[in-house]
Amino acid sequence: MDYIAMTTGFILILIGLFGALTNRNILRMIVAFTVADTGVNLVIVGVGYMRGRTAPILDSAVAAADAVARIIDPVPQALVLTAIVIGVGVTALMLAYAYKLYEKKHTLDIAKFTELKW
Amino acid sequence: MSTIFIIMSLLLCGAMIVAGLMAVWPGRNLPIVILASGLVSLLASVQFLLLAAPDVAMTEAAIGSGLTTFLFFFVLNRVRKGTHHG
Amino acid sequence: MVSRFFVLLLLTGVGAIFVSLMFGYVPDNALNLTARYYAENTVRDTGAANIVAAIVVTFRGLDTLGEVTVLFLTAAIVGLVLAGSQQGRLRREQPAPGELLVTGTRLLVPLTLLLGVYVFVNGHLTPGGGFQGGAILASAVLMLLLADPLREFSHQLISAIESISGLVFVAIGLLGMVYAGGFLDNRILPLGTLGDLISAGAIPVIYSFIGLKVGAEFSSMMVNLSETEEP
Repeated sequence: MDYIAMTTGFILILIGLFGALTNRNILRMIVAFTVADTGVNLVIVGVGYMRGRTAPILDSAVAAADAVARIIDPVPQALVLTAIVIGVGVTALMLAYAYKLYEKKHTLDIAKFTELKW
Repeated sequence: MSTIFIIMSLLLCGAMIVAGLMAVWPGRNLPIVILASGLVSLLASVQFLLLAAPDVAMTEAAIGSGLTTFLFFFVLNRVRKGTHHG
Repeated sequence: MVSRFFVLLLLTGVGAIFVSLMFGYVPDNALNLTARYYAENTVRDTGAANIVAAIVVTFRGLDTLGEVTVLFLTAAIVGLVLAGSQQGRLRREQPAPGELLVTGTRLLVPLTLLLGVYVFVNGHLTPGGGFQGGAILASAVLMLLLADPLREFSHQLISAIESISGLVFVAIGLLGMVYAGGFLDNRILPLGTLGDLISAGAIPVIYSFIGLKVGAEFSSMMVNLSETEEP
């Protein structure tokens, strides 16, 4: 299952890169970035998975004494928790700038923004 | 039991790749593109649950799939007029 | 198309790197050193049942402080960038939101708020915590926004909730330096027994304030993005 998740994550990263590089519309590029973001998170959680173990939450099913033999690695999960929250912040920032650009030029086509070209 | 999980995981991953391709393929309507990217996040949250990461699954479902989609729709609503496809 | 060719070349290169990473990947059979420490010592050190919550709030609490700071900066920059676009709300003619949405919102908003509070108060016992609960609180605000797009949200209230929770978060961290082992140490309150609602020291308190702060930040982002005028 970890191999399946990691392969899907890598494929999603490639799909997102492809979309960000080939689309001309800024909103579509931002959507492609969020797809690649999801792929990265899947890869990291897939690396932390171990076969035959359960989630890192102690309760009646997993006693604190034998936690070492029963739970999976909690560190990648904590990292991905942070990554998802930061990801939505970055997306909101990109959307705000995209809206500002639209207000300036009334278009979202990246080829029309030529101020920094020479 | 574990065979069922692996089959579910394979199905989810196939659906995620199809939705991801829909989200980035040029020439589709923007609302469909945004909904497809939300679908990728939603399927990813089920996949996180199968990978024994319930905390991450909850975060992805609430934030990645819910809030992000609505942020996109708020902006799309404002720029709808005069958006060029492509 | 030359550019299309270069894109495919780049994707092939990145894909080759990924394939070699996949073939070099060997799954672990036992927990590594860091994870083993967390698995063995979380209950003794923090008293929390959810190890991920213990890592996020105490062991790597400084990361979380940085994370909510990044979120605060994002909300502030979104507000700043869009500030020019929102002089006064445009009272344009809008189709009335459906009866179903209005009634459903009236029913669901209190329940959603309750669910959000439940998720972050129980963050140290069950899956969930401040970030998830905060997002659920923000989705209640989103529902209000969908049912009545012209509703005036009090920006003062949102920013007051956000600043107060941020200040309390830092203050609890500083109290940990005075009364316990270090910054953001949760042992300033008794640890209690594993599995009780009032246990795990300061973790539920810190996570609740993180939840309020994150909910206020997401709400302010959404209100700012939805309040922009049509150009």
